Amino acid sequence: MLSLCLSACNQPPPTKATKDYAARYPSVAGGTMIGAMTAEPSGLIYMVAGESASAAIASNIFNALLKYNATLDLEGDLAESWTISDDQKTITFKLKPNLTWADGHPLTSADVLFTWKLVIDEKTRSPYASDYQLVKKAETPDAFTFKVSYDQAYAPALDSWSGLQILPAHLLKGQDIHTTAFARKPVGSNYYQLDVWKNGENIQLSRNTKSVLGPAQIDKLITRIIPDNSAQFLELMADNIDTMGLDPIKYSRIIPSRPELQKNLNLYKELGNSYTYMGFNLKHKPFDDIRVRKAINYAIDKQEIIDGVYLGLGINIASPYKPGTRWSNAALSPYPYDAQKAKALLKEAGFIDTNSDGILERDGKPFAFEIITNQNKEREKSAVLIQRRLKDIGIDVKIRAIEWASFISRFIKTGDFDVVVLGWGLGLDPDQYSIWHSSQQAPGQFNFIGYNNPTIDKLLEQGRTELDPDKRMNIYHEFAKVLLEDCPIVYLSAGYGLTAMHKRIQGIVDPIPPAGVGYDSHKWYIPEPLRRNEISAQ
Amino acid sequence: MLTYLIKRVLWMIPMLIGISLISFFIMHLAPGDITNNEAAFNPKASEESRQKLRELYNLDKPVIVQYGLWLKRMIQLDFGNSFAGHQKPVFWQTTDKDGNVTKGMIQEALPITLMINILGLIITLLLAIPLGVIAAKHYQGWKDRSITLFNFIGFSIPGFWLSLLLMYWLGVMNNWLPISGLHSLNYDTFDTWGKIKDSISHLIMPVIIPSVTGLAGITLFVKNGMLDVLSQDFITTARAKGLNEHQVVYTHALRNALLPLITIVGLSIPGLIGGSVIAETIFAIPGMGKLFYDAVLMRDFPVVMGVLTIGSALTLLGNLIADVSYAWADPRVRRGVVKG
Repeated sequence: MLSLCLSACNQPPPTKATKDYAARYPSVAGGTMIGAMTAEPSGLIYMVAGESASAAIASNIFNALLKYNATLDLEGDLAESWTISDDQKTITFKLKPNLTWADGHPLTSADVLFTWKLVIDEKTRSPYASDYQLVKKAETPDAFTFKVSYDQAYAPALDSWSGLQILPAHLLKGQDIHTTAFARKPVGSNYYQLDVWKNGENIQLSRNTKSVLGPAQIDKLITRIIPDNSAQFLELMADNIDTMGLDPIKYSRIIPSRPELQKNLNLYKELGNSYTYMGFNLKHKPFDDIRVRKAINYAIDKQEIIDGVYLGLGINIASPYKPGTRWSNAALSPYPYDAQKAKALLKEAGFIDTNSDGILERDGKPFAFEIITNQNKEREKSAVLIQRRLKDIGIDVKIRAIEWASFISRFIKTGDFDVVVLGWGLGLDPDQYSIWHSSQQAPGQFNFIGYNNPTIDKLLEQGRTELDPDKRMNIYHEFAKVLLEDCPIVYLSAGYGLTAMHKRIQGIVDPIPPAGVGYDSHKWYIPEPLRRNEISAQ
Repeated sequence: MLTYLIKRVLWMIPMLIGISLISFFIMHLAPGDITNNEAAFNPKASEESRQKLRELYNLDKPVIVQYGLWLKRMIQLDFGNSFAGHQKPVFWQTTDKDGNVTKGMIQEALPITLMINILGLIITLLLAIPLGVIAAKHYQGWKDRSITLFNFIGFSIPGFWLSLLLMYWLGVMNNWLPISGLHSLNYDTFDTWGKIKDSISHLIMPVIIPSVTGLAGITLFVKNGMLDVLSQDFITTARAKGLNEHQVVYTHALRNALLPLITIVGLSIPGLIGGSVIAETIFAIPGMGKLFYDAVLMRDFPVVMGVLTIGSALTLLGNLIADVSYAWADPRVRRGVVKG
């Protein structure tokens, strides 16, 4: 056993046949790219499957009306153009000419109408139906035109039409969307189509020759289902997969210390559309007091969390939007770490250490609370660092990590908590009505911290009905400013998404555009000399 | 014997109902349901949609009503469809009107888990019996001590750690064995012999590693059984008759010492069916352990109930077979059974 460990720990893996991965080759069609994911999709009809694994595969197969371009502005996907009526209540989409499904059947506005009717159907179990239920009338004046009308102008509407994957009416009509075999052998319109789905093992896609967007370069996309991250990484080391998502340790410690891995892999980091925060239950005392919230914000050293928990692979944020996008207000800066200011604010709020036990008291009661979080290592570690910093200024903090389903139903839904450490993953539309508007506080809704600020309510309502991008931007810049000042949550960090990609995959846009490393992946290619020997491909 | 068998089989019905009732209620005691899963904690997913889901899955009804609905379907041997797995049938395949076959989740996972665990059990027994006998024969000698040491090292090493280490050594450094999964990606292009070779190479690590770490218990069992038997009068008699040591140990003692093993194997049946979450996760094997674990985390009640019910039915059946084999192997028990 010991000798096994010694030999396993000391010898580098043998390098495979020497291939010059540093060289640049011209773009060429063909080849197979192998990826891995930890969870298997339940089906490929995203509107009912709902999970990210489903979205990851289905987005290669289906198109929506609109999509985001490299700089995260909307452009046509199936739609060639769209017009918004003067009263901003009606959107008319014009489809591209000669669209077809992978089976050769024409793709028309009737398919779009069918998909919309399906998602809003009473019997359809879709968690994402609410955006589409706001459509009062949908019409198809001709085969290339799709027209939707809303009761009032709804700014997130355009974004919502980039999220609805259009399904083929001719194959799904009369089927039960929840049990249809189509979910496991779909026919789409995008760059790829499903070849084989081996339950629990892998999903293989191949190029769709009738793709509405033209051909992709890489022939086959294979996604292996490998639930364990370490096993995935071993497969990456053995060159059995080309790409995987990394955690900070692998990205900044393991790969850089192994020359044989560096030789084969490109590493990418990009900001995601998500952030981690600490949220106060604003209905509980003393978190209703803005001085207390600010004091806690000043007392937490966010850089320490980024360095300690994310190994520096994150950034400090001051607004709930991805930095660098138009919605993020660059004029705002996060609360700095300032323990003195924190103590002064707490004193102002009436917290004084009367019995010299190191813990502050107000009205004879010590300042103590519990931070709850779900079982997520990074959030737990962040909570520990927060605990220590708050102890420094005289607050006694306990931490509890709870399994997800219990966490949501026992604590978040019932509002039975003081402070949470959680994260938000957001869409690309800036509308955050469901998170911050005072009307969204019922059990199960997302304003579970009980935030109630009339100024914020008004800004959110304005932002929802303003379709002009520049005016809308100003509204959300103001929204982020008020939110930062009011401090209902403490922004902890926005972590980088980390990806390893084998150097045989070429043509990746460099530098990474705001849309991310996966942008324009249909242009990626694998030069012939760098391809895996397909026979030995494990 | 036949009446005994019929009685035992009939007894399984109330047992199963009791097991299912308790499981059902315990499962519903855990907070949350399918609508609380991580995918639903998305600002785009509204509470109204989730409430609608709850109604469609009957999750808004009292637990006892839900149990009644479940039992009613069960009586027709209908295990229902998964909440989370795109309405896949929980147990056995269904065919829709266009002739598309959707395989059942347990139907797919159970054979994989059974194959791995039965192979593992066979290897464990093949190693444990000789080791136990040698240890007993040379009790307190160096052979006994090294076997004990080896066993306890195996017992103490965490399986996942050993697995990762071997995956690195055999898979990454030397490329001798595949790292994870059940088949190669191009499995379908192989001929029969190639397919067999491919399957075996994928199974070596997931089968052998749990066997080695599970060896200690059974070896100790065989050793102690052997020691017991070797000190009994009939062994002294055998030796007095002048039989050589080989005959004493392997013909007379071993057969008696192995009797308790039937019970051990019987007791290991739930494990054979249940699979191991950790091993299946590390080796990317779509087996019963992973199926059950994911279903519990997702609160996918039909799957949880399906796995529990089928698992308990097979366990009860396995125990029955163990008891019958015991009676078959040991005349003393057999006579007792006939009288009873």
